[in-house]
Amino acid sequence: MNNISLEHYLITAALVFTIGVVGLFMNRKNVITILMSIELMLLSVNINFIAFSVYAQELSGQIFSILILTIAAAETSIGLAILVLYFRNKGSIEVETINQMKG
Amino acid sequence: MALFFYLFASLMVLSSILVISSSNPVYSVLWLIFAFCNASGLMVLMGAEFLAMMLIVIYVGAVAVLFLFVIMMLDIRLTELKSSLKNNLSISILVAVIMLADLIIIIMLGTQSIQFDRAKEFVTPGDINNIYAIGNVLYTDFILPFQAAGIILFVAMIACIALTLRYRTGVKRQNIRAQLTKTKENSLTMNNIKLSTGVDGIKYDE
Repeated sequence: MNNISLEHYLITAALVFTIGVVGLFMNRKNVITILMSIELMLLSVNINFIAFSVYAQELSGQIFSILILTIAAAETSIGLAILVLYFRNKGSIEVETINQMKG
Repeated sequence: MALFFYLFASLMVLSSILVISSSNPVYSVLWLIFAFCNASGLMVLMGAEFLAMMLIVIYVGAVAVLFLFVIMMLDIRLTELKSSLKNNLSISILVAVIMLADLIIIIMLGTQSIQFDRAKEFVTPGDINNIYAIGNVLYTDFILPFQAAGIILFVAMIACIALTLRYRTGVKRQNIRAQLTKTKENSLTMNNIKLSTGVDGIKYDE
């Protein structure tokens, strides 16, 4: 860790988080890509937690990162299950046609 | 070490861009795997080896394979997905620029005034490695969040099974209860049949 500081990791994570948010905005057709954008955002949050944990010499950030991994896996599996169910009923996964709840 | 940081960071950002911009979802999943591998490299550089290996195992081994299975099971027509990918690109770029500038200003201003105080509760020990240190606190001090994570995974498993389970009608399937409760008494009838008559009232399906 000679000349790479905390800001380097934080800015990398900020770039990946921004790319994830743009993926949410840009992609209006495919629910799977939206789920992948959420995965990217969770990954950047993980990098933030681990960078702070390492630079502050404190272990609880890494424990919290493990919990975030758990939540991300649960969220992805439920999201994909809902996606399979929706595709079975409607025959399409386009975001623009999902308007049954009139929201 | 600085060279490896810039290598992993630039490859991670590049593959993240390719995740959201490629039109085929299978390519998106493969770029997502590459992004996770580079993030794992960054974590190894930071010294969090256990989290790096965990990221590879969970994401590349489980989540990305789950994505690939779902994409291959769903019959997605790629030509329809390609058509209107670029229709709100301008507002996306606007959101990206504003949000990135915001985050970088926050990081630059915040890290100048950050002070890590030395009196911490879970100090990283210097004499044992990362996985020993995590194991020492994960099952003692953090046992309640650890159990809660297990409960969350269990509930998610039940939810996935309950969501995707279906009973189709008109499909011949094995009836295990009927097979196991079949005995000699309820499956055999002894009849004394007279000549040139049949037997009425046989129920073949109980």
